[in-house]
Amino acid sequence: MSRVTEQLLETDKMVLNFGPQHPSTHGTLRILMELEGETVTKATPEIGYLHSGFEKLGEDLDFNQYITITDRMNYLSPLCNNVAFALAAEKLIGIDISKRTEYIRVLMCELSRIADHLLNVGMLAVDLGAMTAFLYGFRLREDIYDLFEMATGTRLTTSYTLVGGLIRDIPEGYGEAVIKVLDEVATVSNDIETLLNKNRIWQNRTKDIGIISKEDAISYGISGPMARASGIEWDIRVNEPYSRYDEFDFDVAIGLNGDVFDRYLVRMEEIRQSIRICRQSLEKMPAGDVIVDPGLGYSLPPKDEVYNSIEGLIYHFEVTMPNRGMTPPIGEAYVPTESPNGELGFYIVSDGTRTPYRVRTRPPSLMNYSIFSKLIEGHMLSDAPAILGSINIIAGELDR
Amino acid sequence: MPQASPLSQIKDRFPDAVLDITEFANERILHIRGEHILTVLSGLKTDGYNFLADITAIDNLTLGGFERFAVSYHLLSHQTAERLTVKAYILEEDPSLPSVESLWRTADWQEREVFDLFGIIFKEHPDLIRIMNPDDFNGYPLRKDYPRLGHKEREDFPVIDRGIQKKKHSE
Repeated sequence: MSRVTEQLLETDKMVLNFGPQHPSTHGTLRILMELEGETVTKATPEIGYLHSGFEKLGEDLDFNQYITITDRMNYLSPLCNNVAFALAAEKLIGIDISKRTEYIRVLMCELSRIADHLLNVGMLAVDLGAMTAFLYGFRLREDIYDLFEMATGTRLTTSYTLVGGLIRDIPEGYGEAVIKVLDEVATVSNDIETLLNKNRIWQNRTKDIGIISKEDAISYGISGPMARASGIEWDIRVNEPYSRYDEFDFDVAIGLNGDVFDRYLVRMEEIRQSIRICRQSLEKMPAGDVIVDPGLGYSLPPKDEVYNSIEGLIYHFEVTMPNRGMTPPIGEAYVPTESPNGELGFYIVSDGTRTPYRVRTRPPSLMNYSIFSKLIEGHMLSDAPAILGSINIIAGELDR
Repeated sequence: MPQASPLSQIKDRFPDAVLDITEFANERILHIRGEHILTVLSGLKTDGYNFLADITAIDNLTLGGFERFAVSYHLLSHQTAERLTVKAYILEEDPSLPSVESLWRTADWQEREVFDLFGIIFKEHPDLIRIMNPDDFNGYPLRKDYPRLGHKEREDFPVIDRGIQKKKHSE
């Protein structure tokens, strides 16, 4: 009897093509998996399906035009990308920006972080079969996108920042609208945790799955919530504060085990901390201007002036004509920011003309994904969606 | 916050390697010769720069610099929160330099990306193949002499013959 079962169970090594269009890859990724039974013995990720040559394109666009390209990188939190690029350009050029601008940027970044984390946790849950948590998060994300629409005019391709400022100030009554959504976020994130944290199936599917050790996390260049879940106490908002993050009071969530469950817990805690930052930002929001002086040649004058006065029109052309306007210094600048996925850096090299000589994005997804093949080896095939979901790969940013 | 070892000290430690030390926008940049990258980075790693944030390259065709290509390494020290950019210059005729994959595993994919987009060879890299572009892609897109709209790509596409066009041709 036993010999018969052994014979039946004996399987050959099998190569499985996971993706590029698999629903749980959330983007176009392809993984070649070698399976023995249901155990993955080797996984080779193949990327580049969404490579769009953004970095090459950036060499032909000026600083403000490139901000529209940054929207398309991490399409789940485009405002973080806008802010990161604007910061890099401002550091290169050496522009001081107003306190109000920075506070609004912080508010927008944290709202993006909440939306990104809610979606990520929801996606992880729906891939593992927990539909309700996904719907809770997704509905709330819709409300946050409405807030983005109020401020920027669009939901996804926000392009909210300019070099030195913002396109426009937040509208009247924005604070109340944000507070209303934040209250809901607080309740819903509690609901999600009540649903999942002590759920037996959830724990079995996520605990001790895809463990990243501290040494591996540093060696593989992992940053953000993934690194913090492995116990690395590193948050760029705290350790290298930008945009006046040092004026805000918040805690950094740290995990201990570095498994999928810890990454989920860290993200949930970050949602709570982001709510705190958003509230403080609204409370302490200083008055002032958010639009940089058009005389510097980096931003367009208000449309009222352009259409109704000759000076405004001249300024407009001074900024937009190819041989006028921006004159950044020759040099280079790298600015790291804490995006919802990790360290998002922009590295700009300028040769003194209005278009950057080289724009490099340091995509957190690429570095975070590079450890995947190591994580999945020895696990079951059904753990692949769990690990992929906890990495939160955004293909637009991964391939650029 | 404790200070990492000053850059002038690095210049004394690697006199053959260091070309220059500059500072721009509060960022320190160490310019070195490409062939010494592995010794310099392993020295810096023991100094406390434990995290390799990013590897990228710059084609200095019209910008000017020590050599045609510069590979930039962005290092970070988690202890002191200091960052350092190391730029390794390599010759146009022989665009190659040692791989740092033995120091940081993250260099694996990042060096593949630089190879794919710039055609820079990383010696002793475990698996140096294209990562973003298809394997049969011709050229290195981020080089300055590569046109933005590409060249000759469309002609390389295989033509799928569905039989209908064939009929037309024979007529």
